[in-house]
Order: sequence, then structure tokens, then C-alpha cells
Amino acid sequence: MPASDALQGVATEPGARKPDPILVADGVVRRYGGLTAVDVDHLEVPRGVITALIGPNGAGKTTFFNLLCGFDRPDEGRWTFEGERADGVRPHVLARRGMVRTFQLTKTLARMTVLDNMLLAGHDQRGERFLPSIVKPLWRSEESANRERAMDLLARFKLDRLAQDYAAGLSGGQRKLLEMARALMAEPSLVMLDEPMAGVNPALTQSLLGHVTALRDEGMSVLFVEHDMDVIMTISDWVVCMAEGRIIAEGRPADIAGNDAVIEAYLGIDHGGTASGAVR
Amino acid sequence: MSWLSIFALALQTAIGFQGASFALAASGLNLQFGYTGLSNFGHVGFLLVGAYGMAIAADRGWSIWVGFALGIAAAVALGLLLGIPTLRLRGDYLAIVTIASAEILRLVANARPSEPLTGGSRGIGGLSGTLGFFDPNFIPAGNYGIGESFVFNSRQLWSMLFTWGLVVLVTILIWALVRSPWGRVLRSIREDEDAARALGKNVVVFKLQSFVLGGLIGALAGALIALEAGSVSPTRWVATLTFALYTVVILGGAGTVLGPVVGAVVYWFILDAVDGILKNLWFDISDTTSGAIRLAMMGIGLMLLMIFRPQGILGSKKEMIAGAR
Repeated sequence: MPASDALQGVATEPGARKPDPILVADGVVRRYGGLTAVDVDHLEVPRGVITALIGPNGAGKTTFFNLLCGFDRPDEGRWTFEGERADGVRPHVLARRGMVRTFQLTKTLARMTVLDNMLLAGHDQRGERFLPSIVKPLWRSEESANRERAMDLLARFKLDRLAQDYAAGLSGGQRKLLEMARALMAEPSLVMLDEPMAGVNPALTQSLLGHVTALRDEGMSVLFVEHDMDVIMTISDWVVCMAEGRIIAEGRPADIAGNDAVIEAYLGIDHGGTASGAVR
Repeated sequence: MSWLSIFALALQTAIGFQGASFALAASGLNLQFGYTGLSNFGHVGFLLVGAYGMAIAADRGWSIWVGFALGIAAAVALGLLLGIPTLRLRGDYLAIVTIASAEILRLVANARPSEPLTGGSRGIGGLSGTLGFFDPNFIPAGNYGIGESFVFNSRQLWSMLFTWGLVVLVTILIWALVRSPWGRVLRSIREDEDAARALGKNVVVFKLQSFVLGGLIGALAGALIALEAGSVSPTRWVATLTFALYTVVILGGAGTVLGPVVGAVVYWFILDAVDGILKNLWFDISDTTSGAIRLAMMGIGLMLLMIFRPQGILGSKKEMIAGAR
């Protein structure tokens, strides 16, 4: 796999330097009263590969994730995305710059059709500007181009037959697929997936895994939060493990599986054994 | 009075100025509440500034157009003033701020120190001459209609023509807006604004646009109410009016283009028919009692509507079920 070749020679230690990171975070701290939920000294998210953010419950994964994409504000810290400053930047601006996220509890727009969910994600639409929106000829061609692209993406995720249905009618798994398709519609360079496999049946998990690796193969970078060790071992190129708000280990999946700190962090559930099976 | 004439009178109100002005005001609220999910509980405040803009301009001898401009400018200013600090927060903040500010506006208009401007508790009256709203009326004087009850005079027809004309223009504008990608963003904000944010939409700006435009349409309705009456009085702009407009929006179907129009007509028809029936019972009911009963009936009606047809007259059942999941 050429993508992970880039990670050859990267040290397997917290805060490891990577050749061409897409996202670099420094000294990110988030406190809730006396509790420090996130305290990350240094993290580089590699470009063009799938990076898993793992850790036991309460490790601060989702909080850190929300901070990075602007949905929460840190007490301290700065980070850059594609070399440009990304802390203190509002989430919609980051999304336009190519950092597009999904949510742990899917946020499909229930009373809108599947197709409208997709079309919403197109950036810089002329028809979304207040006055031009009134005059259809100004945005008709742009809209039909978007529609074509949306239908292609829906076909790829096997949702094209449902294009005109309300998103509320989709099953939990289909919603996950729609959210991923919608994120792609926004043409991201970094896809941030918050527990993409949570609450999904095993068959669909396989299909979702395929979609995630496809993202990487198309040149996108992926950062995802996940619990399921099988999933992590199968698809990730790089694993970052958090515990108690800190990054305690980094490395290739194989390195992480045998890492004492990681096993320790999971409270000895798999103590002494291999880290396989769902760790929750 | 016969049943027929009760219903004829009710229909007269429904398709008359009352219905038209409510349709206009409710269209603004529908854009905010029905399409964008903004809980504006002080819509009456926008109507108030529109009406007072018109009345204050006329009081100083300025033309109708200055009156409209003043009302619209005041509504835009009010929309920005209320919207900018609250629309970045959770929806509840907007609800609280709008309901309070509408009350503040009414109390300020009603207060003694504002008398030189707003006429205080007496309001501003006798403006018909200065406004000259009926001057361009080309409809010859006389009564038009069918039978004895369903009759409009030429002045009524003129105000109906003007107001319904404006309703048509505003409805076309709203139709053009909500079918566009701009309208799609509004609906996405109503469904889940974090999702819209995650897809790169500047949610606050869209909410502000919808809020200000909806308020502006409300101010137009207020200005027309002042125009038609030739006067303005502070007692009219109470929170009950906002809730009546909510009833209209929900009755017609929130988030549908024609919902507010159908809602306004049906609302006034039912309200006036109930009124007519109450006044023609075999025993006498005082006006205040019948007014109270009328309101109570409207409340019961709204409850029944929410239970049996929550999507309103024009709303889609499928969409409503989708929202409930």
C-alpha cells in the first residue's frame, strides 16, 4: 500500500513527526470545570492515510474531535489544517476548507429528501445567495451539475433508488451511508468520521469499511474515532490512542495491538492477550 | 339572521381585508417558523413598527411611500438588533427576546413620554385624509356583491385589491426563495443546524436573512393595517395577535407556500362564523363573553388540529410523519 509507505520510518511514539501532515495540533487543552477532558501536547495527522483515534470511554476522543473541527472551543492550544491556522475558526469555514465531519448520532435532515440532503453539501452554490436565489436561470445549470454528481455518489452508496424519499425513512445504516455520501459531496480533503460503525449491523459494517478505504484510495485523508478493535485493525494505517485526555500511544495497528500502555488504558480487558474483539 | 347570512358575513371577513392582512403577516412568520424553524414569538412587534412607521409619517404629512420606507427600515433594524445577538445561540433565546421586545415596543408606544411621537395611549388617529389611501380608488362608489349579506363597498374592494395584490407578490417572492438552494439551506437549519454547519453553511447569516425578511413582511402587514384604518392604537399590538398568526400558519400548514393564505382565510371564516352563531342564539350573550368564547373555541380548534392534522390543511402528512421519527 503506497499510502502507508509514507509512514515508513515514523517513530511509534506519542507526538511522532510525519513527513507531510495534513493537520498539526499543539498544546490543545479543554477543561470542564476542574476536569481536564483533553490535554494533547502534539499530534500530526498524516496525509493520504486512514488514522484511527481510539481510546476507552471518557478518553476525550470525541471532545478532541469536536475541538479540531470547530464545534467546541478549547481553553488553550492551536492547530493548523493544510498549513493554515485552524483554531478559533468557525466550523463552516473549516468545512469549506476541506475538513468535513460526520456525527456519531447521524444528523440526516429528516424532513428533506435524500437528494436534498446531498445537494445541500455542495459548496459555493450561487443559488444559496439570497438575491440570486430568486432568479432560477442564474443557478439552474449549477444545480443540475450538482444533481448529477449527487446521483453518482448515491449510486455508489446504493441509495440512488431512495433519492426522492424523506431521509427520515432510512434505516440507521442507510443514514450512516447517506452521511458519508453527503460528506463526500462537500469535496473534503480530510474526512472526519465520528464512530462511523456505531450501531451498525455486521454486514453493513463491511460495506462501510469498504467505503472508508475507498476514500483513502481516492487520495483523501481520513481521521476517525472508533471503539471496535477489529475495525481499527482492518482498515487503519495509523492509530492514535488516547486515555484521560492525553495521547498515550501512536503507531501502526500492529504496534498498537501489543502496546502495553494501550492495553493498560483499556483497563486490562485484554490484558496480556492480543487486542482483538470489541473493546468498550 | 339566517345561517346563510352568518356564513356570508364570515366569508366576507375571510376574503376581505382582515383575511388578506393576516395572510401577509403570517407569510412572514411562516418563512421564519415554517421554513427556518425560528421561534419568533414577537412577530407582532414587527407589525407594530410597520404600523407606527406609516402613522408617524402620515402624522407629519409625509407620503405613504415614506411611511412604508420608515416601517420597513424600522423592521430591518429591529430584526438585526434582535437577531444578531440571539441567532448564534440556542432557539430558546430568540423566543424569549422576541416576546419581550414586542411587549417593550407596545409599552413604549403606549407610554406618556412617547406621546409627541406615537400619541401615547390614544395612538394617532384621523390620518385617512393625509394618507389618501383611497384616493387612487378607481372602483365607482356603490355596493357590490350577492344578496344582502355578501356585499362589499368600493372602499373595501380597493383595500382588498391592494392587500391581496401585495399578498400575491410576497407569496411569489417566497415561492421563488424557498424552491431555491437558499430555501434548501433554510430547511436544513430547521432540521439540524449543526449538520448545515458541518457542510459549510454559515448558519447565522441564513437565519438572519430569513428573520429580517420575515419581519419586514410583518411590517408591511402592519403598515397596511394602519393605512386601512387611517389610525393606529397601541392596544392592538398584543401577544395574542402573534399567537393568532401562529394559529394561521399551523392551520394552513407550516412550511408550505400557500399555507398562510389558506390559513388566514379559514381562520377568519371560522372565527367570524362562531361569532355570528353566538350572537344569534336564543339567549343573549354580551360582546365580551362572545369574544372570550371565540378565543376559547380557537384554542380548542388549534388543539384538535395538532392532534388530528398537525401538518395543517396544505402540509404533507408524509413530511410530518418524517419529522416525528
